[in-house]
Amino acid sequence: MEIFLLLFFILVLAIFLGLELISKIPSTLHTPLMSGANAISGITLVGALALETGSDLQMILAFSAIVFASINVFGGYLVTNRMLRMFKKK
Amino acid sequence: MDFIFLQELGYIVAAILFIFGLKMLSKEDTAARGNLVSSVGMLIAVLVTLIKVVDPYLILLAMIIGAGIGSLFALKVKMTSIPEMVALFNGFGGLSSFFLAWSQFINQSNVSFILILTYMTVFIGGVTFSGSLIAFFKLSEILKGSSNLLNNISRWFLVFICFFVLIAIGQVILSSAGLLAINFELIQITFIAFLIASLLAGLAFVVPIGGGDMPVVISLLNSLSGIAAALAGVLLSNTALIVAGCLVGASGLVLTLIMAKSMNRDLYNIFFVGYVSDSNSEEEVTGETKPILAEDTYLIMEAARSVLIVPGYGMAVAQAQHVVKELGDLLEENGCEVSYGIHPVAGRMPGHMNVLLAEANVSYDNLLEPKDVNPKMETIDVVVVIGANDVVNPSATEQPGSPIYGMPIIETHRAKTVIVLKRSMSSGFAGVQNPLFFKENTRMLFGDAKESIAKLVSEFKE
Repeated sequence: MEIFLLLFFILVLAIFLGLELISKIPSTLHTPLMSGANAISGITLVGALALETGSDLQMILAFSAIVFASINVFGGYLVTNRMLRMFKKK
Repeated sequence: MDFIFLQELGYIVAAILFIFGLKMLSKEDTAARGNLVSSVGMLIAVLVTLIKVVDPYLILLAMIIGAGIGSLFALKVKMTSIPEMVALFNGFGGLSSFFLAWSQFINQSNVSFILILTYMTVFIGGVTFSGSLIAFFKLSEILKGSSNLLNNISRWFLVFICFFVLIAIGQVILSSAGLLAINFELIQITFIAFLIASLLAGLAFVVPIGGGDMPVVISLLNSLSGIAAALAGVLLSNTALIVAGCLVGASGLVLTLIMAKSMNRDLYNIFFVGYVSDSNSEEEVTGETKPILAEDTYLIMEAARSVLIVPGYGMAVAQAQHVVKELGDLLEENGCEVSYGIHPVAGRMPGHMNVLLAEANVSYDNLLEPKDVNPKMETIDVVVVIGANDVVNPSATEQPGSPIYGMPIIETHRAKTVIVLKRSMSSGFAGVQNPLFFKENTRMLFGDAKESIAKLVSEFKE
């Protein structure tokens, strides 16, 4: 139980940090920022890697979770990078 | 040094990199590096997790499949379709959290608040997935139009699902408090129903929302996918998931509010009212449009001292950004002052036009926002509207009854001459008629934007 309290503590702190992080942003960067943040939410991949694979169902779930999270991570970063590359001053 | 220590250390480093990455992403000159920094964070988080896993071969196989599909999509997709790609990737992240929570449910042998957490993760992950999928279909125009009946059904269905969610969670609370006999079979049935309900909730939530509001919806769903990851992190006692998930959840929410504000829409309106087409208050636009040929357009533009180009989704569809740039250069050679009026939500996503024009090498300094260009509108000789509609609709300032009333627009109707490039007379994404097309000083140049501009360019070269 105590470990959960600690985890919730981290959760609350991280939320406040996230709220403070972005205050002023030019509208040009709305889409890239959304896409970049979206790639970070692929962090669920780390959780999927640590899943147990006891039963067949759990095996399938873990496998699919890794596949979809990887799509999110790789696709997300690459697409963001492609967008931002175009903004570079030439 | 044991591996758990190493792992936690890696997660802290990753979290710091994510924070810096996000911060850098919100400034123009550091954005590209910010994305790189955040991806290094991700790499570190994945590597330290891979130190000890159950079945390395299977995991690598799954990662390679995912990486292959993701990279292929990301690199092959056309620049114009990037918005729907972001929606799709986001949905997959939510789906992953959904599976994660499902797998954790199977592990649980007693009924406690952890079960409630599992339910919440499943719900948010499921809504993110199915909601993003609908957003993807709407943006790629596979799913078109809206019907009032369907919207009403969706709304009522959403209410029904909310009741079911309360009942399911109530069952867990009562069971864990000892007020209800613990019946595992029943809980399992409820859980399966809950899985389905959460997917349906995403559908019912996004289906009634109009296409014009999709960017805000995707931003909100992006925030939700972060929250789903954070909750999954609590389930798995994984700090990397918690911190990264919360960062995305919270910053995504801020971005959602900023975006809604730049469209002058409040969130309640977007999610629960939608664009109401109130036929009573909307004046019927009468009059005739005045078509013009490319040759005559050339004559007008050749005489112009200042030209403002206002691009919209039509330019994206026609892939006309390169010829637009060419036209701009020719006009400048002709001694004309050329600028571009970029509405923040022109296209299908904020910044969509900036990306396309940047691709065509248009200088940053020539891209003006509405607040900079509107005050000097009267001094501009010719405005060229390329496939933009709702963002130049004067109803937003002139007709209090209009569904888009109050939205900041580029007030092109106040310029001396407006030339509108358009494929047909169909209404814009918001489904609202545009009186601009019928104004005295407006000329319509019908046809594909790329072909029309190419014609102008060749006229200039002759």
